[in-house]
Amino acid sequence: MTTKRAVLQLDGLTCPSCMTKIESALAHQPGVEKVKVLFNASKAKADFDDSKVSAEELGQVVDKLGYEVKKIKVKDTVATK
Amino acid sequence: MKFQRYIQNHQNQITLASAILIAIGFAGKYLLSSTVVYDWAFILASIIAAVPIMIHAYQSLRVKVISIELLVSIAVVGAFIIGEYNESAIVTFLFLFGSYLEQRTLSKTRQSIKSLTQMAPETAVILHDDGTQEEVDIDDVDEGDHIMVKTGASVPVDGNIVSGSGYLDESVITGESKAVAKTAGDSVYSGSILGNGTLTVEATKVGEDTTFGKIIELVEDAQDAKSPAESFIDKFAQYYTPAVLVIAVLVYLFTRDFPTAITVLVLGCPGALVIGAPVSNVAGIGNGAKRGILLKGGAVMDDFAKVDTFVFDKTGTLTLGNTAVSAVKDYADDSKEALALVARAERLSNHPLGKAITDYATHEKVDFEQLDVAENDTVKGQGLTATIDGHHVLVGNLKMMNANSIALTDTQKADLTDVQHTGSSVVMVAVDGALKLILGVSDTIRPGIKAQLQALRDHGAKHLVMLTGDNKITAQYVAEQIGLDEVHAELLPEEKVDYIKKFKDQGRTVAFVGDGINDSPAIATAQIGIAMGSGTDVAIETSDVVLMQSSFEALVHAYALSKKTVINTKENIAIAIGVVVFLLIGLIVGFIYMASGMFVHEASILVVIFNAMRLISYGKMPTQAQQAATQKTSLT
Repeated sequence: MTTKRAVLQLDGLTCPSCMTKIESALAHQPGVEKVKVLFNASKAKADFDDSKVSAEELGQVVDKLGYEVKKIKVKDTVATK
Repeated sequence: MKFQRYIQNHQNQITLASAILIAIGFAGKYLLSSTVVYDWAFILASIIAAVPIMIHAYQSLRVKVISIELLVSIAVVGAFIIGEYNESAIVTFLFLFGSYLEQRTLSKTRQSIKSLTQMAPETAVILHDDGTQEEVDIDDVDEGDHIMVKTGASVPVDGNIVSGSGYLDESVITGESKAVAKTAGDSVYSGSILGNGTLTVEATKVGEDTTFGKIIELVEDAQDAKSPAESFIDKFAQYYTPAVLVIAVLVYLFTRDFPTAITVLVLGCPGALVIGAPVSNVAGIGNGAKRGILLKGGAVMDDFAKVDTFVFDKTGTLTLGNTAVSAVKDYADDSKEALALVARAERLSNHPLGKAITDYATHEKVDFEQLDVAENDTVKGQGLTATIDGHHVLVGNLKMMNANSIALTDTQKADLTDVQHTGSSVVMVAVDGALKLILGVSDTIRPGIKAQLQALRDHGAKHLVMLTGDNKITAQYVAEQIGLDEVHAELLPEEKVDYIKKFKDQGRTVAFVGDGINDSPAIATAQIGIAMGSGTDVAIETSDVVLMQSSFEALVHAYALSKKTVINTKENIAIAIGVVVFLLIGLIVGFIYMASGMFVHEASILVVIFNAMRLISYGKMPTQAQQAATQKTSLT
């Protein structure tokens, strides 16, 4: 299994509670291991198992919450067993 | 889903419509004396403004978060049920208008970071092997690609110049706006701007791996790296919002007073408290980032503000680190030969003094590169020994000469003291058992440093210390020139760490300031490790504060800024708590109701944001004039 990191660039986050919302919504997705939402940079970073979920799907989750996803970047992280 | 998106995209228009309806309502009441217009205008205003709030509340609930919007939604529905249409309309309007203002002002505090990230190049022109050029997205550039950079464009990658030359403005990396001439073989950094010329650059690092990419990531992370106070507030808020809901229910159950219960919901919004501390940090970190000062988050600011002891490395920190041979005492028959031998020996080491000596030898047109080296050895804390061209060569300090029983004549002893008293580091050279040369290598004390150190004291630094591997007399000389409280010389790197540990044990909060290249242990040991004038990977990773520009002004500013930020954070927390207390008293005494409560609540959020924004413009920007003043004033 490979773990990848998705970095979602969002349209400006304004309320700290938005952060909690996005964070827990992403964390509840299958295959997502670690989520960090950067409030000030308006970015969500999620480590996920790409056999269970795709970065695009994660983007859609955030989109459904009502936050515009401007850009999705996927990076390889160190492979774990 | 489309409906939700539509509402969210038109929140500002909804806010405006609700404002107009509220105005119509008041006009209806006071101008036309029509309660029908009044009621209906407010009913309409409440409904349209409540929609976006309820959508947010619902979305949060779906992920099991009790949000402020939920509290407001319940309160509004409650007010509606008991026919308080004007209250519900004004509460929803104020809530929407408040978040609009919040958004506007928050984006101002984030502006400095935004302007930094916007400098990151988006595209690159790849030069293919067949000579064709292709403009591609920056994410599609690979290491090893040849990139074309034209005049006025920013370099999109870290790499080496393959061909061409030009002047580069590296201010995003160094914070210093000065054009640097670079040509084939030199390395360039992503984000620097090519003032003139055309370059072909071979990419060595791309995207987020570039120094500039790391800086951006660091600053972004730093803004969300919470201080202990912030983490506490965050935890608190997590339970606070649901608790408010419970309290409101309890209030209703015990008093059967429905209006008071829903007022509790509105007053309970923890807005200013949650936003107060982070917004101060964002503004403070942004202020630093604009000046090439990277502070790694709220906790670092907290600790930095508490620092009372500054420990400095000497070379490259208190001094400029551009050493040069400043005194030569010659006892050799063939002085060129002696110089050639020592220069050849110094070629083997990467000691900063070594470079000064090889430079000097090259300048004196001594041919030493070809000399044959049979063996060489470094003696820690003394110098080095080598067999060069058949001669046994000792290069080092007095300790080394004594250890090898090299006798000094009275003249030589006097010369040695002379050289030492000029503040120079001394390099003694013995060839085949006899002293041949005493070289004085001196460094330049950083100009204006005395005033900057005084500024540190004015901002609250109590104890200034220098730790150096250099000899005692040189160290003493530098210390006297600039006014330090404590000096320890002739130290090995691990001894510097021991001193820092000792200071910490004495209950001091210690900041270590070094060049970030070879003093990582000390930087890691001190509570606050400060790397000065270096954006190297190691420096960025190990230190708490990175000063991109090698300047004491930046250090003083960073220290003062941390103190200001911490004070600002405390002010904001005090304001927020004050407001909660005020509202609570207002509720009990009865002069606060839903609409006025919401007004105070939103106003307090804006007050803390505006308070934090004062930090953005704190301090002067470094100017060209100050940089021009950074001229070299030599020791000797």
